[in-house]
Amino acid sequence: MKDEVNRRAFMKITGASIGIGVLYRAFPLLGASAAAEEMMQAMHRNNGERIAPFTFVQLSDAHVGFNGPPDPLGTQAFERAVEMVNALPAAPDLVLFTGDLTHDSEDKDEHSRRMKRFKEIAGQMKTQNIKLVPGEHDAGLDGGTLFREHFGETYYSFDLRGVHFIALDNVSRAKPEVGPQQLAWLKRDLARFPKTAPIVVFTHRPLFDLKPEWEWFTSDGDEVMEVLAPYENLTVLYGHIHRDDEHEIGHAKHYAARSLIFAFPDPAKVADKKPNPFDKDHPFKNLGVRVLRERGSGSRPENQFTVEDVELTLREYSGINGIQQILKDPTV
Amino acid sequence: MKRSLGIKTIFYLSLLLFAAFTSALAFRARAEAQPRVINITAKRFGFTPNVITLKKGETVTLRLTSEDVTHGFFMKALKLDEIIVPGQPTEVTLTPQQEGRFTTICDHFCGAGHGNMSMTIVVE
Repeated sequence: MKDEVNRRAFMKITGASIGIGVLYRAFPLLGASAAAEEMMQAMHRNNGERIAPFTFVQLSDAHVGFNGPPDPLGTQAFERAVEMVNALPAAPDLVLFTGDLTHDSEDKDEHSRRMKRFKEIAGQMKTQNIKLVPGEHDAGLDGGTLFREHFGETYYSFDLRGVHFIALDNVSRAKPEVGPQQLAWLKRDLARFPKTAPIVVFTHRPLFDLKPEWEWFTSDGDEVMEVLAPYENLTVLYGHIHRDDEHEIGHAKHYAARSLIFAFPDPAKVADKKPNPFDKDHPFKNLGVRVLRERGSGSRPENQFTVEDVELTLREYSGINGIQQILKDPTV
Repeated sequence: MKRSLGIKTIFYLSLLLFAAFTSALAFRARAEAQPRVINITAKRFGFTPNVITLKKGETVTLRLTSEDVTHGFFMKALKLDEIIVPGQPTEVTLTPQQEGRFTTICDHFCGAGHGNMSMTIVVE
């Protein structure tokens, strides 16, 4: 029976951008069989909660403290993202932030002020279950010292509604890597879970070679994915590339969220790594939020996460202080 | 007497020429054994020179130095993955086997402009 259970996929995550990040839906793929019930009980024992539907949001790359060119908007897209998350029909259970909360400064006091400003803006979200990982602009210069002072550890794990979340740090060693110490921790962390456990990894850089010439990779990402590969219900969320992206590799689905400051173009279409030019008529063009949302009752076999990707649209723009934006449809 | 002196002169001159020839051969062999050295300097947020050209199959040594902070030197296809620490020149020898233009990046975060710190290695 146990083998039969372990061969089955029990949860999927899907999502879509909602303008300044992504809304995800998590829901189980469980039928009414005895095997499914045994699996639910196993996940309850291992994760502390039975698998249950829920939604969460991914935000990324606010770069608080950055002040163009190419993008003169400062924190306005981030502030708009907070408004958007607060306006969702149902408050998400969790908000994940996948790095580059702040733009780096060699003046420690200035960088500290930027981190405080990030916390002020994020603190306006109704959902205060916010989990963060650093980007290289947060932690690349000081090995994550200031990040830890303000936000806590750079890698950790937690459970929510039967899903195991893993925060991975691939920036604090200055190079794009996770490193042997964190890899050993990851193996220990995963050891208690069956291969069907729903796992969500969130990190800053992609864990695969998306575009190494643009530093869109993690040098030991193959080792990380080798540890994660046996897990059948695996979702990897990341930022860094300032654009929406989806890749499916083996069991893993990799999603990048849009950024909250200047976007990058598709590297398959341009030769040079240059941000998209600022468009004053569409100041939040290509910026967005990703939201994951459960779309089923939690017991039907077809249940799964939905991953939504929605770009912000402009309602009114009259100078830097006059930007107001609305979502096309946050529930799509 | 005069004839004997002439023979001796010819003998010593021949000896001298032979020594010079063998020395030249040895020097050339040593020169061929030593790969060409190309100096590359890293400084936030660029490399100098910004483009170098290598010949396919030619063995070269890149001597990397930093003028300010620690930088990286990374190009996966050419198996380049070095750290450049200020005051500690780093040498890496390679024999490229593939023609093309290879964007080589600093992959050790060095500040706000780090994301665009790169140079091009042309192999032809």
